[in-house]
Amino acid sequence: MPHITGMVEELESSGKKILLAHGSGGRLTHQLIKSFVKKFRSPALAKLDDSAVLKFKGKLAFTTDSYVVDPIYFPGGDIGKLAVNGTVNDLAMVGAVPLYLSASAIIEEGFTVVELEGIFDSMNKAARTAEVEIVAGDTKVVERGGADKIFINTSGIGLIDSGVDISSKNARIGDRIILSGTIGDHGIAILSARERFDFRTKVKSDSQPLNRIVQEMLKASKKIHTLRDPTRGGLATALNEIAEQSGVGIEIEEEKIPVREEVRAVCEMLGLDPLYIANEGKLVAFVPERDCKRILNVIRSNRFGRNAQIIGTVVARHRGRVLVKTSVGGQRVLDMLTGEQLPRIC
Amino acid sequence: MRFIDEFRDRSIARRIVEKIRMFDSFEVNLMEVCGTHTVAIFKQGIKGMLPENISLLSGPGCPVCVTSQEDIDKVIDLVKKRDVIIATFGDMLRVPGTNSSLEEERSKGADIRVIYSPREALRIAGENPSKRVILLAIGFETTSPLIAACLQDARKERIQNFLIFSTHKLIPPAMEALLKSKEVNIDGFICPGHVSVTIGSNAYRFIAREYKVPCVITGFEPVDVLQSIFMLMKQIKENRAEVEIQYFRAVRPEGNRIAQELISEVFEVTDVFWRGLGTIPKSGLRLNRRFSDFDAEREFRPEAAESKENPDCSCGEVLRGVKKPTECKLYKRICTPERPYGPCMVSSEGACAAYYRYG
Amino acid sequence: MCLAIPARVVRIMGNLAQVEMAGMNREVDIRLVSDARVGEFVLIHAGFAIEKIEKKEAEETLRILREIA
Repeated sequence: MPHITGMVEELESSGKKILLAHGSGGRLTHQLIKSFVKKFRSPALAKLDDSAVLKFKGKLAFTTDSYVVDPIYFPGGDIGKLAVNGTVNDLAMVGAVPLYLSASAIIEEGFTVVELEGIFDSMNKAARTAEVEIVAGDTKVVERGGADKIFINTSGIGLIDSGVDISSKNARIGDRIILSGTIGDHGIAILSARERFDFRTKVKSDSQPLNRIVQEMLKASKKIHTLRDPTRGGLATALNEIAEQSGVGIEIEEEKIPVREEVRAVCEMLGLDPLYIANEGKLVAFVPERDCKRILNVIRSNRFGRNAQIIGTVVARHRGRVLVKTSVGGQRVLDMLTGEQLPRIC
Repeated sequence: MRFIDEFRDRSIARRIVEKIRMFDSFEVNLMEVCGTHTVAIFKQGIKGMLPENISLLSGPGCPVCVTSQEDIDKVIDLVKKRDVIIATFGDMLRVPGTNSSLEEERSKGADIRVIYSPREALRIAGENPSKRVILLAIGFETTSPLIAACLQDARKERIQNFLIFSTHKLIPPAMEALLKSKEVNIDGFICPGHVSVTIGSNAYRFIAREYKVPCVITGFEPVDVLQSIFMLMKQIKENRAEVEIQYFRAVRPEGNRIAQELISEVFEVTDVFWRGLGTIPKSGLRLNRRFSDFDAEREFRPEAAESKENPDCSCGEVLRGVKKPTECKLYKRICTPERPYGPCMVSSEGACAAYYRYG
Repeated sequence: MCLAIPARVVRIMGNLAQVEMAGMNREVDIRLVSDARVGEFVLIHAGFAIEKIEKKEAEETLRILREIA
């Protein structure tokens, strides 16, 4: 980030719009940056150096993700909240304690200042809840049509304690699989916010930080083999990836999978399958049989894990594949998501 | 969920299966006509619960699957007309025509909108007076009354920029065509529940009477399907050929009169070509004269490319119950949901897609 | 070919009705089910109610099922 010299006016929150000039590096850019910095209240950020300088000791986890969700506001959150929690969770899924995030925004010309500041506020709030600091950032402005309102990228760094080795390759035969809560909430919340779909529900996105739950789980047992947050492609895709990467078979029970009634209703109506719908605040954990009850209780005692259930087991059969025992007692293969899930009537 | 959960009860299901297993002295081929039943059967893993002597065959009840290559090519031609908006149900998007698909045309800039209800298409027409909105009217007797209702509304509200491209088809004539061809022994029909909501169980009487094949009108929950299979086995065992309604909480013998009247006010029956089954007399619907001004085919005269079906694609045989998807040369090896060769793999209700995803 | 789900009629406004299923609300065209009453269940398909679900018949079905089994 460039240095600021002299006095800089703050962005007026009076319904003004972002102009291309806000991206050119001059006075308006500085106004934008100052607003950014003011929101995030990070000492490192406030230095306004070209880079944040941070001290570490130990094994580092590093991740990045971009957020282009449409619409940018939805029940339960907005793109800012998503961007922070998403990266925090990616770090948590390898057992890291998330520490620092960067945040870059690409803003479409014409986007209002009020909305932009609102999103920065969301990001700040999410960062505080997750106990991470946003220490670096960037904003760029593109001409109308060059982006859809706002795109955000966040990258994150976390520290992994010694003795923690969590990976998609580590699932072992006999492991039990715990799902931390209801699936399908986020995807359905997004769908309901798209005018096209013309139905009203109270379903909210489940976007939330999972780092605290994971740390509590690790306190209960260091023997957590695999963690995954089932985002795009849903639970089905996540399980398939793990089955493939660990070279194991997975069997789950449909009855055990928690799904909100309303989410089920929407899925039935549109012909969607909750197993393939994105989630933003849930995790699956692969843990040894011996530890699973204890870990389950730890998850359930966290407010983001109240509906946790043991949903299945890792087996030596049909390696690389996931099988589901259906509610009526039959069995079927659970494949990865192919193509896009489109609502159908026929 | 009310009226759904009770029909997924595991212990009831188990006990029905036990009863089904008692009919072990004869082998049967039962055909589920409707694509939604194929999906339900696969999703719930019902095939695996049944004894070896019962074979379930998938039928031609997938409207996207039986749409002719020519019709798909005509639709792609419509897409290219000036100032049109195409409104379609999701499934049609990825079906490959001879040279292109709706999805491909959309990525090239064509205005193609996926809708969930035909009412949305009417709304799009109202919101875009300078464009002409063409609804791809596809489906069987469950959906055609809805399209008819929208057309009546369009007439009443004097909406001038709304048209339909009708590929509507009728189920009982297709069932008859299958029986007439004698290609495969069908010992009983699991009849479509929601088509029957419209046409009633009486519409199948001729199948039981003239062809002596038992028919059971079936709901879509797993317990419904299992109960129907039990009822069919019982009929076969007792040498009966009747039309029974398992789904009587929603289906009446006479069907839905209002829906039937709507259809006859707007459409007329005509001969149409079914992929896999050929031309079946009196098996489709086209707009009658009174509503011909809503006919996109009459208005635009879309042309089909030199329509060529892929010779190795076995969709036709799969639709007639003659081949299983696994017996198709292209299945899985070349034809996958990501890169489909035929509509049976694209449509969420196609047998090939069901086998691939759940089998 | 026929995804239709049962939903409860909450309000009737001429040809339209508001229906509810497990907390989800939507507006559907109800002209095909002229005798639907508030509180009754209808099958929803592509934005229309296509038929009533007779509660008596549903319960009768379940009774038969429990008996077969």
